[in-house]
Amino acid sequence: MAITLKGFALGVATAAVAGTIALSGMTDRALAAGEAEHPPELDWSWTGPFGTFDRASAQRGLQVYSQVCASCHGLGQLYYRDLTGLGYTEDQVAEFAAQYQVEDGPNDQGEMYMRPAEPSDHFVEPFPNEAAARAANGGAHPPDLSLIIKNRAHGFGSIGENFLAMLQVRGYSSGADYVHGLLAEGYVDPPEDVNLLPGQYYNKFMGSGAIGMPPPLYPDGVEYEDGTEATVDQQARDVSTFLAWAAEPRLEARKQTGVKVLIFLAIFTGILIAVKRRTWASVKH
Amino acid sequence: MSSHSAPSFKNPVVRWVDSRLPVFSYMHAEYGTFPMPKNLNYFWNFGALAMVVLITMILTGIMLAMQYTAHTEHAFDSVERIMRDVNFGWLLRYIHMNGASMFFIVVYVHIFRGYYYGSYKQPRELLWILGVVILVLMMGTAFMGYVLPWGQMSFWGATVITNLFSAIPLVGENIVTWLWGGFSVDNPTLNRFFALHYLFPFLILGVVILHVVALHVTKSNNPDGIDVRGPQDTVPFHPYFTAKDSVGLGVFLLIFAFFVFFAPNYMGHPDNYIEANPLVTPAHIVPEWYFLPFYAILRSFTDDWWFFSWFLSWLMTAKLAGVLAMFGSLIVLAVLPWLDTSKVRSNRYRPIHKWLVIAVLIDFVILGWVGGKPAEEPYVSIAQWSTLFYFFAFIVLTPIIGWIERPRPLPASISEPVLKGGATTAKMEKS
Repeated sequence: MAITLKGFALGVATAAVAGTIALSGMTDRALAAGEAEHPPELDWSWTGPFGTFDRASAQRGLQVYSQVCASCHGLGQLYYRDLTGLGYTEDQVAEFAAQYQVEDGPNDQGEMYMRPAEPSDHFVEPFPNEAAARAANGGAHPPDLSLIIKNRAHGFGSIGENFLAMLQVRGYSSGADYVHGLLAEGYVDPPEDVNLLPGQYYNKFMGSGAIGMPPPLYPDGVEYEDGTEATVDQQARDVSTFLAWAAEPRLEARKQTGVKVLIFLAIFTGILIAVKRRTWASVKH
Repeated sequence: MSSHSAPSFKNPVVRWVDSRLPVFSYMHAEYGTFPMPKNLNYFWNFGALAMVVLITMILTGIMLAMQYTAHTEHAFDSVERIMRDVNFGWLLRYIHMNGASMFFIVVYVHIFRGYYYGSYKQPRELLWILGVVILVLMMGTAFMGYVLPWGQMSFWGATVITNLFSAIPLVGENIVTWLWGGFSVDNPTLNRFFALHYLFPFLILGVVILHVVALHVTKSNNPDGIDVRGPQDTVPFHPYFTAKDSVGLGVFLLIFAFFVFFAPNYMGHPDNYIEANPLVTPAHIVPEWYFLPFYAILRSFTDDWWFFSWFLSWLMTAKLAGVLAMFGSLIVLAVLPWLDTSKVRSNRYRPIHKWLVIAVLIDFVILGWVGGKPAEEPYVSIAQWSTLFYFFAFIVLTPIIGWIERPRPLPASISEPVLKGGATTAKMEKS
């Protein structure tokens, strides 16, 4: 009887821990995204316990960002120097940064002046301030894209689906699905009952359906340096991969460290179990 | 009691110190020879685990504070700088962020263990109350910590929760202004939350020390809930429970590490990666998962709820009723030792009350589930019935079951079922 009760107690403990963990992700992310449709789920290179960013895709994504998105969207958390993490050399990064002008100063005359950007500078903002951004965009404020993949990661649906995705280490990939879906498949003819204001467009993946951004991507809208065919879907995938990297440049270090930590802990726990059994072997309990 | 004869230390330095400040004798008595019931199961790991998480939180928190800037203009960016540019900053922050969730998981299991095995009963009432005090302090600390990254949920969560105090009659609005240090959640609010978030863990540590002192007076309860009869019922803390706690710690660290390295944002909310904006309200403001059961109780009290309009609407607003119920849900926990009228501690020997404990656990999980849902049907009704059940279970069912229940016979001692092959004698404890 003692054994069954102990088994029962352990069962309750396990169920309580597992249940708490499962339910702890239960904030309803699908609802937080509004009533909009779920974008299609893609396989991203950086999901899974060993995931790394597809460098070629992310580099193409940087091209899409700088030739298309950057005219309205900032990337304020990034420095140009961070681009070495995408596989560029320091010279390439310096050359890339030098295309942009930043304000510096004051100089010894007390005046501000413009100079080419350096790797130690933040990505240059498209607008000097929010009011200027709104004035140039029909009252809409194009959000900063540094964390867009993380802050649009509203999950994969139900509590159960999110729990499974967590076990598969899919992380914030639902945010990339969203950005990709919005850019590549979201712009469709509005349903009859949707009234759009002047300057608004319809996108089925936006919570309300109305979006201030005109469809930004066109076939061959960018000419890829590596010769990849620039379909709208390809550009959307590439820019989503780039932005996923931008949202968390330390993701690869995190996962690689994690694999080592888990292997160590698994072995160490095994040893601890052996020690405990040996210690308790002579005790009747 | 363990032997009071001080152990003789071989090391002369240790001996010199110990005869002037008996820290070594103390550790020897409290963690070396300290007698532990030998029938403790793995539920008894969770107190030690909570201690480990508390220390982890304090250490990572101190290091994060060295890099964090408590100013509305810089807080969000300083956290991102920790994530991107500070050496291993991402690791510190993800440990701290997920450590908060782990702390609550561990503490909720620890509380449930005390509830199931009757660890709150005589003579451990004060030990239990100190535990509830720790829970309340933890909730305050976690709430203020969540505000510091200054994301959208930080800001709006802080706005909603601090606004609760406006429900207090007459002085409510003044109290809210005083808490904010202004007329909205703003820079002064962020500054004081940072100061208090740094202070509270040390208050927790203080109460934890009292909790441990009280534990070492009354000694551990055990799965049979009966008193220790003699040395045959116990084993020394070291090496038996250092070994057993280490196993639990290893398993716990595996789970903790999985979240830190592979699912660090699973238990957070994506909106908190958007910088706070007082002009844009998120579609759904949800607290962190560990507050959801209490949030559900708070939100249950609406003007059109029959229970509120029948019994309370003549006395107070629905908002005040919700706030009082939320704090009340913790107060009923604190007075549980006096609500439970049974002398039998462990639910192993309480055939009826055992089901009440399981029902309360399910009720708590349901409250957590609906607490994360938008305020619409059927979730509102589920939350309201679950809230009623929570209080009904503690205030009405617990004392009644204690009176009418016939407990199963208790074993004569902890070692008896082992030594006599499971034969038990009916001996009711009247302690």
